Amino acid sequence: MPATETPTMPEARRALEICNACRYCEGYCAVFPAMERRREFPAADLAFIANLCHGCNGCYHACQYAPPHEWALNLPAALSRVRRESWVETIRPAFLRGLLRRPLAVTVVAVLAFFLVALAAASGFGAAHTGPGAFYAVIALPTLIALGSVTFLFALFAMAASTLAAWRGLGGVPRGAHVLRALHDAATLKNLGGGGGECPYPREKPTRARRHAHHALAGGFLLAFAATCVGTIYEHVLGWHAPYAFFSLPVLLGTAGGVLMLMGATGLLVLKRLADPAPLAAETLPADHVLLWLLGAIAATGLLLLGFRATPAMPPLLAIHLALVLGFFVTMPFGKLLHAPHRFAALVRDAMERGSTHA
Amino acid sequence: MFRAAAGFRKRPGSATLPPMGVSAETPDVLVIGGGNAAISAAITACRLGASVLVAEAAPRPMRGGNTRHTRNLRAMHLQPQGTLTGTYLEDEYWDDLLRVTHGQTDEALARMTIRASAGLVSFLAGCGVHFQPSLAGTLSLSRTNAFFLGGGKALLNAVYREAGRRGVAVRYESPVRAIAMERGAIAEVVLATPAGEQRIRPRAVVAAAGGFQANIAWMREYWGEAAENFIIRGTPYATGDVLRLLLDGGCAPVGDPTQCHAIALDGRAPRFDGGIATRLDSVPFSIVVNRDGQRFYDEGEDLWPKRYAIWGRLIAQQPGQVAWSICDAPAARDFMPSVFPAITAATIPELALALGLDPLALAGTVADYNAAVREGVFDPTSLDGCRTEGLAIPKTHWARRIETPPFVGYPLRPGITFTYLGVRVDETARVHLADGSRAANLFAAGEIMAGNILGRGYLAGFGMTIGGVFGRLAGQGAGEGAARHARN
Ligand SMILES: Cc1cc2nc3c(=O)[nH]c(=O)nc-3n(C[C@H](O)[C@H](O)[C@H](O)COP(=O)(O)OP(=O)(O)OC[C@H]3O[C@@H](n4cnc5c(N)ncnc54)[C@H](O)[C@@H]3O)c2cc1C
Ligand code: HEM
Ligand code: SF4
Ligand code: SF4
Repeated sequence: MPATETPTMPEARRALEICNACRYCEGYCAVFPAMERRREFPAADLAFIANLCHGCNGCYHACQYAPPHEWALNLPAALSRVRRESWVETIRPAFLRGLLRRPLAVTVVAVLAFFLVALAAASGFGAAHTGPGAFYAVIALPTLIALGSVTFLFALFAMAASTLAAWRGLGGVPRGAHVLRALHDAATLKNLGGGGGECPYPREKPTRARRHAHHALAGGFLLAFAATCVGTIYEHVLGWHAPYAFFSLPVLLGTAGGVLMLMGATGLLVLKRLADPAPLAAETLPADHVLLWLLGAIAATGLLLLGFRATPAMPPLLAIHLALVLGFFVTMPFGKLLHAPHRFAALVRDAMERGSTHA
Repeated sequence: MFRAAAGFRKRPGSATLPPMGVSAETPDVLVIGGGNAAISAAITACRLGASVLVAEAAPRPMRGGNTRHTRNLRAMHLQPQGTLTGTYLEDEYWDDLLRVTHGQTDEALARMTIRASAGLVSFLAGCGVHFQPSLAGTLSLSRTNAFFLGGGKALLNAVYREAGRRGVAVRYESPVRAIAMERGAIAEVVLATPAGEQRIRPRAVVAAAGGFQANIAWMREYWGEAAENFIIRGTPYATGDVLRLLLDGGCAPVGDPTQCHAIALDGRAPRFDGGIATRLDSVPFSIVVNRDGQRFYDEGEDLWPKRYAIWGRLIAQQPGQVAWSICDAPAARDFMPSVFPAITAATIPELALALGLDPLALAGTVADYNAAVREGVFDPTSLDGCRTEGLAIPKTHWARRIETPPFVGYPLRPGITFTYLGVRVDETARVHLADGSRAANLFAAGEIMAGNILGRGYLAGFGMTIGGVFGRLAGQGAGEGAARHARN
């Protein structure tokens, strides 16, 4: 499915055409070399370039054509608008596309709904539960497995379908070297560090703050995910029942992950408060906020659950944590987290265009 | 009215300081201007312990004059250094300068500048400026020129931050309106700030307020009516007010007032501040006609980097100060597009109509040209054998028939980069007075004195080099004077 033209595209195209005649920002990120490989910017190419942009704002503060210049160039804002539209149009199933524009309402409804489900399924409130299988005394294991796997698989497939739809606009099959290079670029957020590892965020003075905070958040997320995987193996392969001891692998991973996520999410929220609004597209910010609060809340309730698991606070905490996690899973394909697979796909495509010699 | 005699006033005691510190009214050093030359001077003076006030005419978002639009500087280097490849030694640099200026330069000043250019990259890097490999399409400059990551505005952001860290005070929207000189020294400078007039009595002054190219009335004195049709590539704040005040106040002039750096631009460029994106490199791959549809100069005389700076002047001499670059579809792929869309048509007469030219005249010119083209092996990177024969105005290289539609046209106008008239300085950036003596406390840097070295012609990246070298010298001279005074 070739990407279609959206109302935000003409402005991004105008900006890129000015940049292509200027090129001063060439060294900041992969967007400029990708732009220079083209003279025209059809919709699919624009979507690719928009997802390649990491929103570092380097090219905004460096731009001699930024407002109040009569050309009022704002490449980061223009690309972030196109980026959001590019996700909307690839969302599967299609009738849910409008949800991306209502991140707060969608997330609140989803989390509340799962909270009610959890309440309905739960028992044993008001008492402390300890020993192997304590959690399952509150919510039965098969219920947990059913809720978790259905929502998670839905998220996975919907995100994959959306990313593939975007990919088909440009086509081609990547090689291993391309994927490796993209993994490297994603893991280091290379494109957020064009100015000697720093970028002008939250304000004009370059810092490493956003990169570090995002590393903490995404790294913590992966650790927490790893904790879940290890827990699943313990449960189903080894037959060991949660809750696990504090120094067990799942709990250590989960704790480290939770702390990192909380730090990262808090850091990014603080930076957002300080951020210069000029290079940002205001309508894209609510989705950022919702994901940050959601991930922060998941981490916080996870840590609380760990701390209070032997007390009567455990059952309500478990219900809340579960509702947040499940709400996160089902809203993933209509939210900001789409940036991860779409950006990754753009990095792979960029590696392909540069040729594997550089990989 | 002024207490200032020759030299510096006594440092005021702390009891007389206004609340915001000594720099409010009586800074050690007043720097006039906010571009590369000015901020280099401010940082240097501040590092010597002087209190520094910068008066910049532009508002903050438009600060930094023409420096906002730059991309590189030319630096001598004895070995590969950062993004600079190979070596670029004093004699080669000097030869390059001699060639473009046709000898209209000052060898002692020029060689001093060239040697000092070796320290600019590390000075700027120390201020937080990052460099990047030479931009796509400018490979020929990768050895000689250091490119700023993000261009001149990013450079300015970094040097202003460094200046701010060191305590330099910057006043925006504060053009200098009057300068009082007494017995060879500057006694008082008047700023027009948003809060009203403000008198400054600095110990020393650095004048770094750029050229006068944005002052159309002044340009008219040399170019007449034609000046009304010039496009000013850079800042509208380069009005030359400070230059005029200094010349009227008894400073010695230098340079030919009619000389300036002028190139061919897309004629649709904004009147001011269009910067680099309006430049058009189509000339060697096209024919260029005037308002009457006639060619007027050999478009293929030499490689474009060696010729692009004559085309501003050539077009300025045509009626209406306009020209049109005409080529066909294959040729349009050989040059970087300007920011404006090409004007295209299926036939030459239709193209003429779209461009507002006489269809018959243009068709005739193209037909004559096509008939005169001699086949050769086209090579855009060297002086190839593609030329015309039998035309009064030949095209000596890269001549190919204009025959494959759609045909492409771009309007061209002269774009003025900067003017060369300035104040005379010595090798410490101190300003000469008309009577042959030196000003006691006045230094100049950047475009306002570039004419000392650039009598004519231009070398890519040399404007920033002159500004950086003389900015640092001026800051040193001004800062040292103030610091010496403070010790006494
Ligand atoms: C489009 C373009 C691209 C260029 N690219 C390059 C390049 O890549 N490399 C290169 O070496 N050179 C380049 N140049 C030339 C280069 O811009 C100059 O040589 C250099 O920046 C001059 O620095 P400056 O500090 O002397 O002047 P400017 O940067 O022009 O600064 C002059 C300052 O004085 C201020 N001012 C003016 N009048 C007053 C007043 N009355 N009171 C107070 N302040 C005042 C202005 O606001 C401005 O801040 C380019 C020029 C243009 C227009
Ligand atoms: C392929 C991997 C990833 C890449 C390349 C990537 C890249 C980025 C970039 C460049 C930004 C800043 C610009 C913007 O707001 O869009 C960002 C923001 C964000 N990312 Fe990621 N990311 C990845 C994975 C993740 C993961 C796994 C998470 C967490 C689970 C995450 C959470 C967030 C959040 C919450 C924001 C918003 C932060 C803010 O607005 O300040 N990202 N990401
Ligand atoms: S953002 Fe501005 S300075 Fe950077 S390449 Fe684009 S036009 Fe040039
Ligand atoms: S905002 Fe940063 S990542 Fe995006 S195009 Fe500009 S420089 Fe590149």
